[in-house]
Amino acid sequence: MTAGPERTALEDEVSLAKEPPRRSVTRLLLRHPLGAPCLVLLLMVVLVAVFAPWVAPWGPQETDLAATNAPPLTPGHLLGGDSAGLDILSRLIWGSRQTVVAVLIVVIVSVAIGVTTGLAAGFYRGRLDGAVGFVSDVIMSLPGIVLLIALYALTGPNIPVAMAVFGVIVAPTYYRLVRAIVLGVRNELYVDAARVVGLSDFRIVGRHVLWAVRAPVIIQTSFVMAAGIGIEAGISFLGLGDPASASWGIVLQNSFNGIYNNPWGVVWPALAVSLTILALILLGNALSDVLQSSARSKVLPKRRRREIVAASARQREEQPVNDSILVGSSDDVILSVRGLRIAYPDAQGGVNEVVHGVDLDVRRGEIHGLVGESGSGKSQIAFSTLGILPREAVILGGSILLDGEDLLADEARMRAARGRRIAYIPQEPMSNLDPSFTIGSQLSRGLRAARPMPKKDAKKLLVDLLVRVGITDPERVLRLYPHEISGGMAQRVLICGAVASDPDIIIADEPTTALDVTVQAEVLELLRELDHERGLAMILVTHNLGVVADICDVVSVMKDGNIVERADVDSLFAAPNQPYTQQLLASSRTVELMEV
Amino acid sequence: MTTPIEHAGAGPKAPILQVQDLVVTFPGRRGSSTTVIHGVSFDLAAGETLSLVGESGSGKTTIGRAILGLAPVTTGTINLRGRAISNVPRRERRKLAKDIQVVFQDPYSSLNPSMTVESILVEPLAAAGVTEGRARVRELLDAVGLPDNAGSRYPREFSGGQRQRIAIARALALRPSVIVCDEPTSALDVTTQATVLTLFKELQEATGVAYLFISHDLGVVNEISDRIAVLYRGEIVEIGEAHQVATAPRHAYTRRLQMAAPVADPAKQRIRRNQRLALAASTASASAGDGQPITTS
Repeated sequence: MTAGPERTALEDEVSLAKEPPRRSVTRLLLRHPLGAPCLVLLLMVVLVAVFAPWVAPWGPQETDLAATNAPPLTPGHLLGGDSAGLDILSRLIWGSRQTVVAVLIVVIVSVAIGVTTGLAAGFYRGRLDGAVGFVSDVIMSLPGIVLLIALYALTGPNIPVAMAVFGVIVAPTYYRLVRAIVLGVRNELYVDAARVVGLSDFRIVGRHVLWAVRAPVIIQTSFVMAAGIGIEAGISFLGLGDPASASWGIVLQNSFNGIYNNPWGVVWPALAVSLTILALILLGNALSDVLQSSARSKVLPKRRRREIVAASARQREEQPVNDSILVGSSDDVILSVRGLRIAYPDAQGGVNEVVHGVDLDVRRGEIHGLVGESGSGKSQIAFSTLGILPREAVILGGSILLDGEDLLADEARMRAARGRRIAYIPQEPMSNLDPSFTIGSQLSRGLRAARPMPKKDAKKLLVDLLVRVGITDPERVLRLYPHEISGGMAQRVLICGAVASDPDIIIADEPTTALDVTVQAEVLELLRELDHERGLAMILVTHNLGVVADICDVVSVMKDGNIVERADVDSLFAAPNQPYTQQLLASSRTVELMEV
Repeated sequence: MTTPIEHAGAGPKAPILQVQDLVVTFPGRRGSSTTVIHGVSFDLAAGETLSLVGESGSGKTTIGRAILGLAPVTTGTINLRGRAISNVPRRERRKLAKDIQVVFQDPYSSLNPSMTVESILVEPLAAAGVTEGRARVRELLDAVGLPDNAGSRYPREFSGGQRQRIAIARALALRPSVIVCDEPTSALDVTTQATVLTLFKELQEATGVAYLFISHDLGVVNEISDRIAVLYRGEIVEIGEAHQVATAPRHAYTRRLQMAAPVADPAKQRIRRNQRLALAASTASASAGDGQPITTS
């Protein structure tokens, strides 16, 4: 069997911890504090509209002269009557029909036009995109309400046509939304894969692209519906609707005309319009919470964090764990990690421990390799020594001692050490440089934050250091923007930034993984030299055993949140003790060119 | 049914895929353009593994995408079984799906997160009008070493290595004669990489499929290839039998690539490092790799 031991649980601890539980959208929406009430209210409006003939006590045009300008709670006329003796409640009930029909027309027209053009323009780009974009800009620049009033001159009081035109006017909002999403999705590898397996464009869009725009379109629709209700009521109120029909806007207009005789009359249609719009907008927000929840990180509230930490400490006292690897302490140790435990919130509201009580000592001048596969927790340790764990992470216990002082215990101490005594070299050099500032301004700002000094001195120091890290024309490089330099050079710049503040220890998180192999060799050589020159300590996090063999003095092998083996580099590679280390070594040697 | 792979018809060395004088130019802004492939030629025989190896910006991925019809072919020809397949209309191109398939580098973005594994695997079959989908899906899952019940699950429930197996199963679904493997193991852990490479070899023995294997790692390529082509800035600088290219390279650039990869043995690595430094000191072009602009290849 070829499968070998496949890991699923801890493959990628952070992303798995963030994974939302798989429940149906409807159920989530009903559990949402705003979702359920809004849904109920909107459902009621729709039901009332559908069953108006049975629900309404009076017909839409049925007058009762006795009820002219009747106040609310008049017998037979719960909400009173208007100046023509029409029952306001019945008129509102009949009017909800026109509201529902109007909203349906707006949504159908705008979605049909906006989503289709957005899909086509985003997927095919080119001239189509340009043409549709132009038309969309023209429509967006038209004043909507003025257009609708002008329309009245052509069609007379015709709400369906007016709403269809309003649908065209709001279509560009769908077009822009959909196009932007499709532009991102069309470059996804699964769309390329669908092309290669021979799917037609129509099916690619239907199967793969439409799925991605579904959620944003649904959310947008609830806002468009709200706008549709407002516009329908608005133009009816202005007198552009059919005065013979019942509609919320017309009821409002009638009541408004008789406001001195019956001031209460305007309240009911205004309430109907406002509450429905409010419900739609809140529903839109609830939908966006539910459909896009995975985009938000789950940060536990402070109190819950404290509870979890306390519970975990108690549990630990009850069953003391015998740490298998004893760490020798000596005066030379600059950084030591003791019993560090890190957890992430899980879907059930509890936490999932990903680092289980790790001990680690780093001596001055030592390059300490932290090796493991994805999900082993090696980066978690690196981040926690810098105090840059993601916000949702919970440190359950342990300490990080820099020269004997616990950094975890005091946030101010951590801040004082970070960037000054503990420096960082990241994995992705490009994403760690701000594209809107020059290399020079970024380096100088960082350096002067760590070691206050005049600009001129900072520049001189940086120029010397850039030469040291192998950049031949430092003056020019300082003036460049990050996109103007190669990945290898960017990593040299970041190394320069890390050593500029004269730190005691450098945390290098996969510093060469994003680089080409020839550049990697040069960067490793540079790190080794800097380390020797300056007597720096370094924690080098990597998955590459070749890199470890090349540069490290001591190696800790991590698996599933524990350090399983620790030794100096020669003995670890010559005689690995643990089966896991042996397996790692065997795997990386199968793809290695030992012959020179 | 798809046509079975022609074991008998084609001899072992008959080229199934021929790339001749391939030039790929991407249009830039305001009429400027960038040529990333400068006249590359090679053949791929049936059942063979040919690797394209190079660093970022060498154009290795672009060549793969040009063969798949995902990148423009400016000049030159790409022939499959003697028939030109470059710059053909999309309708024609879709008929080739049966014969040329792909496994991408990133097993996370190459599978649609909203589709079950079964619907991912049925998709190519349905596109080709194959009806015995379900049975074939079980067969495919079995071939790549995934459990039968994997079909009803979603990609996010699988690890990186397992996802790459799903991607391989999708590529195999139509029984292609060529699979373009674009860095299929570089996103995987080293132990997973070893098992996936073994799977590639087993599948080749079982089905006789030819691989065009694209990688930046000379070691990985040596493990899986029959022949290796080394690319540098859009040109092939060396092509030959895999073991020879990987262990006794003729071209200086291949030699630099070979020397730069660290080995997982401190003692040997020290020797290698010193040799590399000596080589770097003796070559004037030692720093060429660093001045190179990073382009997405």
